[in-house]
Amino acid sequence: MSDTPALVTERPELQALWHRRSFLELDARARAFSLLDDGTGQEYCDPFDRIESPWLEPQGLVPQADDGVVVVKGRLAGEPCVMIGIEGAFQGGSIGEVSGAKATCALQLAARDARAGQPVSAVLLLETGGVRLQEGTLGLNAVAEILSALLELRGLRPVIGVVTGPLGSYGGMSIVAGLCTRIVLTHEGRLGFNGAQVIESEAGAAEFDSSDHALIWSVNGGAQRYATGLADALVLDDVPAVRQAVITAVAGGVPARHRSEELDVLAARLSSGDDQARFSLTGLGIPPAPSPGPGAAS
Amino acid sequence: MSRSQTWFDALATQTFPSWYRSVALADCDLGGGPAARLLSVVPDPDNAFPRARRGEVGLLEGIGLARGVREVIELDSDVADDQRRPIVAIVDVPSQAYGRLEEQFGEYLYIAAAVDAYATARVAGHPVIALVVGSAISGGFLAHGLQASQVLALDDDQIEIQAIHKPAAARITLRTIAELDELAKTVTPLSFDVRVWATLGYCDGLLKVSRADRPTSADADLARGALRDAVTWARATLPTGSSPLRRSAPAGPHSRSGSG
Repeated sequence: MSDTPALVTERPELQALWHRRSFLELDARARAFSLLDDGTGQEYCDPFDRIESPWLEPQGLVPQADDGVVVVKGRLAGEPCVMIGIEGAFQGGSIGEVSGAKATCALQLAARDARAGQPVSAVLLLETGGVRLQEGTLGLNAVAEILSALLELRGLRPVIGVVTGPLGSYGGMSIVAGLCTRIVLTHEGRLGFNGAQVIESEAGAAEFDSSDHALIWSVNGGAQRYATGLADALVLDDVPAVRQAVITAVAGGVPARHRSEELDVLAARLSSGDDQARFSLTGLGIPPAPSPGPGAAS
Repeated sequence: MSRSQTWFDALATQTFPSWYRSVALADCDLGGGPAARLLSVVPDPDNAFPRARRGEVGLLEGIGLARGVREVIELDSDVADDQRRPIVAIVDVPSQAYGRLEEQFGEYLYIAAAVDAYATARVAGHPVIALVVGSAISGGFLAHGLQASQVLALDDDQIEIQAIHKPAAARITLRTIAELDELAKTVTPLSFDVRVWATLGYCDGLLKVSRADRPTSADADLARGALRDAVTWARATLPTGSSPLRRSAPAGPHSRSGSG
C-alpha cells in the first residue's frame, strides 16, 4: 500500500475510499475469483475448453473462447458457492446460446447438488445488455432457460445478483435480477429493463432523454434502486465490501417469499400515494387495490 | 382487432373478469379433462400506462399475468397430478413496454413476477402451453410464453418470433434491414420466419389454419385439438421439480393441417 496522505489519515471517512480495491474495474474472471475464499476457486468450461459461439464468425464477429461467461466454483465463507460472471467487455455482456447454456448448467448443477444434500449457493455477477441479438431466438431462449434454472435453485439455496457496473444489468437478463433472492448494488451499478437509448429510439426524447445522465441515474441507478426497496445492499466499489455484502446476502438464506412473488407489494407500489407523488402518477387512475379475481370454475 | 383478442375470443368458453383490462382471462373447454385457463395480453387504449396500450407487457400486465397464473395454482393445490388444469398463453405481444415510468417502477421485476408464476405452475404439474398467434418478441415473449412446457405457433407469414423487432435488431447490430434479411438465410436464429424458427428445436407444433386474422370455427377446432395433444404430451413428459425447457420434444416437432 502506498503512503497514505495526511488528508486521509486525518479524515477517517476517506480511509475506505483511499484503501479500496475497485471491483468494477476487474474483468469477469477476476471478479469471480476475488469474491471466493482465497485459493478455493476452480473454473469450469474455461477458455482452453474452447466452447465458443458458432454463430458469430459467419457474421464477421470474433468469438471468445469462454463466450463471455465465466463459471467458477469454490467456497464463500467456507460454504460451497458457484460464481457466474458475465464479461461486459465481450459483445456488451450479451447472452447467446453457449454463454446461456453455461449459466443454466451451473445453476442446474447447483440445484442438483442441493437436492442431493450438498447445498451450493450461486452468485450472478451481472454485467449485461441482455439477449445477444446476433443469436436472435437462440439468445432469447437461452435467457428463458437461465430464468427457469434460477427458479429451480432459488427454492433450495440463495441466488444472489451483483450489479456493480459500469454496464449494469439490462434487457432480458434484468429479469434474472428480478428473480434473485437478494440484490447487491454499487452506486455505479444500473438496473433496468430498457436502457435510456433504447427507450429514446422507440418513444422519443420526450419519453426518455438519453443525454440526461442525471435522469438515467435517478431512474436506473444503484442508489435509486436501493432507496426504493428493489435491492438489499448498496456498497462501495471495493472488493472486500462487495464480498462482505455477498456473504451477508447468502447467509440470509432462502426467504419465505421472494420479491417476484410479492404481487400485493408490487401492485401497491403502483398505486400508493407515496409513489404517486414520487413518480408524478396522480391522475393516471392506477387501480388502487386488487379487485376480486376470476370466478373459481372447477 | 388484434390477434391476441380474436384468438382469445375464438377459444374462450367462459370469460372471467380480470384485474386489468389488458390481461384477458377465460376457460377453454378442450374436450376432455379439466378446462384450460386461457391468458392473453390484449391492447387497452385506456391503459393507465401510455407505453403499454398496444398489447405490450408492462407493469400491470406483469402483475396481471402473475395473478392469473397463481390463482390457477391455488385452485388446484389439492387435486391429483393429472387433473391440474392446463394453462394456455395466447401469445401476440409486440414487446415489453418501452417507457420511463416502467423503468422507474422497475419493469424487470414485474416481468419477473410473470416468469416466476408461469415457471411455478409448470413445476407444480400444470401443463403450460404457449400458442403463438402473432408477434412473440423480446421481453413480451419472455414474460408470456417462454416458460411454457410446449410451444405451438400458427404456420402463417405474419408470425414473428424474435429477440427484438426487426428495425431495432438491424439498428443495434449495425446493419440495414436488407442485410439482416440476407444474413438470416444462413444464420437461422436471426430469421423472423416461423418456419425457420420451428427448425431450431423449440417448436412443438405448427398449426396450418385457414384464416389467421379471423379464425374460422374449423381453425378454432384445430387449435383446440393441438392444445389437447400438447397437454397430453406435457403431462407425459413433465419432470416435476426440474427444468423441462429443452431443445427437442420426445415426439418431435410436427405439423397439423386444417381442412380449409
